[in-house]
Amino acid sequence: MTNRERREALEFYLGISPWLIGLVCFTGGPILASLAISFTQWRLLSPPKWLGIQNYIDMFQDEGTRVSLGNTLFYTGLSVPLGLVTSLFVALLLNQRARGSTLFRTLFYLPTITSGVAMALLWLWLLNPEFGLINLALGLIGIKGPAWLQDPDWAKPALVLMSLWTIGTSMVIFLAGLQGMPQHLYDAAKIDGANQLREFWHVTVPMLTPTIFFVMVTSIIASFQTFTNVYVMTEGGPGWSTLMYGLYLYNNAFEYLRMGFASAMAWGLFLVILALTILQLLGARRWVYYEGGIRGRI
Amino acid sequence: MSILQLSGGSILRLIRLFGIYLLLLFGAVLFTAPFLWMLSTSLKTPELVFTHPPQFIPNPVQFRNYMEGWQRLPFTRFTLNTVIITSHNAIMDTLVSAVVGFSFARLRAPGKDYLFVLVLATMMVPYEVTRVPLYILFSRLGWVNTLLPLMIPTWFGWPFFIFLLRQFFTTIPFDLDDAARMDGCHSFRIFVQILIPLSKPALAAVAIFSFVSNWNDFQGPLIYLSDLNQYTLALGLRMMQGGRFIFIHQVMAVSIVSVLPLLLIFFSAQRYFIRGVTLSGIKA
Repeated sequence: MTNRERREALEFYLGISPWLIGLVCFTGGPILASLAISFTQWRLLSPPKWLGIQNYIDMFQDEGTRVSLGNTLFYTGLSVPLGLVTSLFVALLLNQRARGSTLFRTLFYLPTITSGVAMALLWLWLLNPEFGLINLALGLIGIKGPAWLQDPDWAKPALVLMSLWTIGTSMVIFLAGLQGMPQHLYDAAKIDGANQLREFWHVTVPMLTPTIFFVMVTSIIASFQTFTNVYVMTEGGPGWSTLMYGLYLYNNAFEYLRMGFASAMAWGLFLVILALTILQLLGARRWVYYEGGIRGRI
Repeated sequence: MSILQLSGGSILRLIRLFGIYLLLLFGAVLFTAPFLWMLSTSLKTPELVFTHPPQFIPNPVQFRNYMEGWQRLPFTRFTLNTVIITSHNAIMDTLVSAVVGFSFARLRAPGKDYLFVLVLATMMVPYEVTRVPLYILFSRLGWVNTLLPLMIPTWFGWPFFIFLLRQFFTTIPFDLDDAARMDGCHSFRIFVQILIPLSKPALAAVAIFSFVSNWNDFQGPLIYLSDLNQYTLALGLRMMQGGRFIFIHQVMAVSIVSVLPLLLIFFSAQRYFIRGVTLSGIKA
């Protein structure tokens, strides 16, 4: 190593030192600690008691975990595909470069930026069975709206509906993907006499598969972590109908002070997310097209 | 090509354009209606809120709701706390992640690639995994019920931002560094004098990202803050809900005020924001 190389390496390690310290104290350390805690019973007031894998066994037998996982899968299974289709459709519309499309993009993105407690409160009011805007609008076209969040059967669909309002991030990513499309492919399709629909299915969709894939993976992960909306709007009710995995995990840790069990749940979540991502990566080899032939890579 | 064919094509194009506008307009109505409903409710008298059929444009308009809602809880204090956290975090997130991202993007050192894989790996771990140990750590340090647990972690960079800025820095031509190095420039000077001026949009994107996500953060404050004096806006708003629907006009008024800074930032820096979102999706 020359002097210059040594100096550069030194500068590198100096530069990343904040991250390295953070890795030990706030990320890596806590990750290992969490794994250790997941094998104990720990209610904070008394010292932790070693349980082995008991928490993980309990997790499978615990009804709350089962119900919350089922709810989360139901919610994800509806909101992710619907969100994907909606955001892609909106992005396609915006990509037509009609005048004023920037203004429309701003409008469609607005709900995403304000998502938080304020929006949860707003939707609580929108979904009010008697005086909420949604049922009033449904009433105008002669439909008697359901009781939404007060009805165990309609509470989850209500949350799915709300999730479709905050598709801004996917929309912008799709839009970027669409704008990065090489024009020559469309020109070639035109010469071959393809109509718009064929162009969409045979040029746009294949070229967009990496983006669709990325949006799908990140949406599923985000959907599994749903917390604020259910905490503020329903607290998991009515009954357990909107008890999501993230909410149940929070309750175990900070309401029931079952730190060991909550940590086991967090690792369960991590493993589910990891498994889903790997599964999609494997599946992606079949349907994701990467220009230049690099397959199976994000 | 005859004139007839040409005009037929342009009529088709006109119909298509009309269809697109119709769909966009329909979408815009669906997406903005909740906001308008929020505004409308916030200006109604309590009796008007619960009437059938509903009034979309409130008459009389009652601006009082904003004042009365705001005074129901110490919202000025909550706003101050939120501003302290979000501005501190936006600055630190940008600064630290830029330095770390720069090091990963522009400096050569043994072991660098392995360390970068670690950055990516920690990005994959959901925050739920570290929630419990961090809570225990911060409570041992005596930081619970202070703003510290919500602020100090930003001193160490956030993997997602580090990744984002690292990606951006690698797109800037390396000849610039080499030329500067020839002239005997230190890495730090290359960073400050060459890369930072060229990276303002990406840095702005990170700062805005950080600001917005911290402004909207709910679970962090919920876990760490219990004293009303330390509350953030998100926690204060959640408390308003305790009053059921009787005060819904005031709840909506305060909610609007609480998202105003977000709207202001978004409208003034939308370009950077969209760019940031795009950048985050680019690895796809």
